[in-house]
Amino acid sequence: MTENYDLYKTMLLIRRFEERLLAEFSTGSLVGTTHAYIGQEAGAAGIFSVAGADDVVFSNHRCHGHFLAYGGDPYRLAAELMGRATGLVGGRGGSQHIQWRNFYSNGIQGGIVPVATGMALAEKTKQTGNLALVFIGDGTLGEGVLYESLNIAALWTLPLLIVLEDNRYAQTTPTEKGVAGSMAGRFAAFGIPVWERETADVLDVRAAAGEALRHVRSGAGPGCLLLHTHRFSAHSKGDDPRSPEELARIRQFDPLTVHAARLSSAETGQAEAEIAAVINDAFTRAAADPFPELER
Amino acid sequence: METDPRVYVLGEDILDPYGGAFKVTRGLSTKFPDRVLTTPISEAGIVGVSSGMALRGLRPVAEIMFGDFVTLIADQVVNHAAKFRWMYNDSVRVPLVVRAPMGGRRGYGPTHSQSLEKMFLGVPGLKVLAPNTLGDPGGLLEAAIADDDPVLFVEHKLLYTRPLLAAGQGDLADFALETGGGPVPYFVLRPAYPASLTIATYGYNFELARQAALELMMEHEIFAELVVFSQLSPFDLEPLFASLARTLRHGSGQARRLLTVEEGGLTLGWGAEVAARAAERSDDLSRCSVRRVAARDLPIANSPRLEDAILPSVQDIVNAALELSNA
Repeated sequence: MTENYDLYKTMLLIRRFEERLLAEFSTGSLVGTTHAYIGQEAGAAGIFSVAGADDVVFSNHRCHGHFLAYGGDPYRLAAELMGRATGLVGGRGGSQHIQWRNFYSNGIQGGIVPVATGMALAEKTKQTGNLALVFIGDGTLGEGVLYESLNIAALWTLPLLIVLEDNRYAQTTPTEKGVAGSMAGRFAAFGIPVWERETADVLDVRAAAGEALRHVRSGAGPGCLLLHTHRFSAHSKGDDPRSPEELARIRQFDPLTVHAARLSSAETGQAEAEIAAVINDAFTRAAADPFPELER
Repeated sequence: METDPRVYVLGEDILDPYGGAFKVTRGLSTKFPDRVLTTPISEAGIVGVSSGMALRGLRPVAEIMFGDFVTLIADQVVNHAAKFRWMYNDSVRVPLVVRAPMGGRRGYGPTHSQSLEKMFLGVPGLKVLAPNTLGDPGGLLEAAIADDDPVLFVEHKLLYTRPLLAAGQGDLADFALETGGGPVPYFVLRPAYPASLTIATYGYNFELARQAALELMMEHEIFAELVVFSQLSPFDLEPLFASLARTLRHGSGQARRLLTVEEGGLTLGWGAEVAARAAERSDDLSRCSVRRVAARDLPIANSPRLEDAILPSVQDIVNAALELSNA
């Protein structure tokens, strides 16, 4: 199959996984909360199509899309979300706190950035050639420790790529009420180059990510990939103050629709069938798995 | 650092010739220029970076210039470093040490004199250690670095210039010294005569508690056992319970007598947890009499007169012991 097909399939996997998850929540089979990546799939799919296999990734509360594009197993993720012993971290972490291979996530805004900076330092000192990617959002720009990390990463020329996914809302607060000045300017102040894209096209993201990753991997220091995107679903489950008109308007920036234009209807149909089977298998198996017990 | 190339040191102003605000790192940057990293004034950043290094196989030691600034690292410690191992189902280790000079009596005032370690006691996944003059502080630090879990290493500023004690000599001549706990030792000082009181303490406050115990012995013929901990959290108080069992037997009354001494503020301090655990351990709660000697619940004043009045003194310990003994 073609690269375009694979990119589409990755995005479709994320879309259908998150949709299934929201559906499971609405039937009460899942507890807690989740943060869907629906609408933003081009980001994860584009970046991980060009990231190194051994690069270290630190993701945030909205991590499912990153994890699936990283190559994570949807079944293990579903099991984790269902609180099963077979989940990624045995049911201890849930939606926002997962770990697998070189993929980590945590639910604290900003706090993950210095940790990823330290990971970049470790990879640099070990001379592995790997870099660290950390995912933040427009809301994270309000956290002070982010700027401590940018300063240190730039001072020490660390192989760190900061991926800023601006989905225009920090939970319910629009960026106009949460972010002063320029997003890119924040990075420029530390001498960190920015690859900025306003796009729903996975190929655009992939090209920009490729350039940014090449820069960081060359040893030139940190970089920032700044993606302006749209989140179609609520921040988590029921917290969406946006009007139906706005939600309808942003649907025109659907990365699946944009990219589907490059595929035949046979290909998109095949992708749907393959992904449906994967999702169904993941959730069915996970639902039959045992719950963990607390060790004394 | 000589034996383990994974060990890195990070902190503010730690490069030679300055060598750190309290000179603990002096010489290190000359000897290991690639592994001693001087940082911007970014306490949360330093600890976060160290935490990421630890997750990826290094063994960083982060210095917080004044322990008062641990409030700035609380998120990194509580929600990141200390959580990762358990939260990720034991798939990772975080061998991180955060060194923090605490304590007052140097006239540094309200934001450079505190003992804030109590805020980090009981944090799951975090160990809190504090050296004292009975053990080998370097050995304790090595144990902290060798630990696969994050450690907050509390150094009282006044201990930097204090001599280490030797069993049977000087102040220790009137006590038998027992120790246990391996690389993270506890110490029990037992007087020559049966004790009627147990004093539990850690770190610098052992210096005060020891002087108080000698005064109680010489001036009041009250004999106290001292139990000195290097590990504050998680709480492992078996040596204390053993001491309390002895001092109950030899006490003139029916009650166990426990006196805790610390420099942090009284409320919800180390001593509060020690007392609660001692009481839970007792089959009869009324038989465990407790006094806690700690700082007043006030900011620590700059004026020496006020600072002395706020922080615990030898006299405070003696008075509390007398009160317990006469109760």
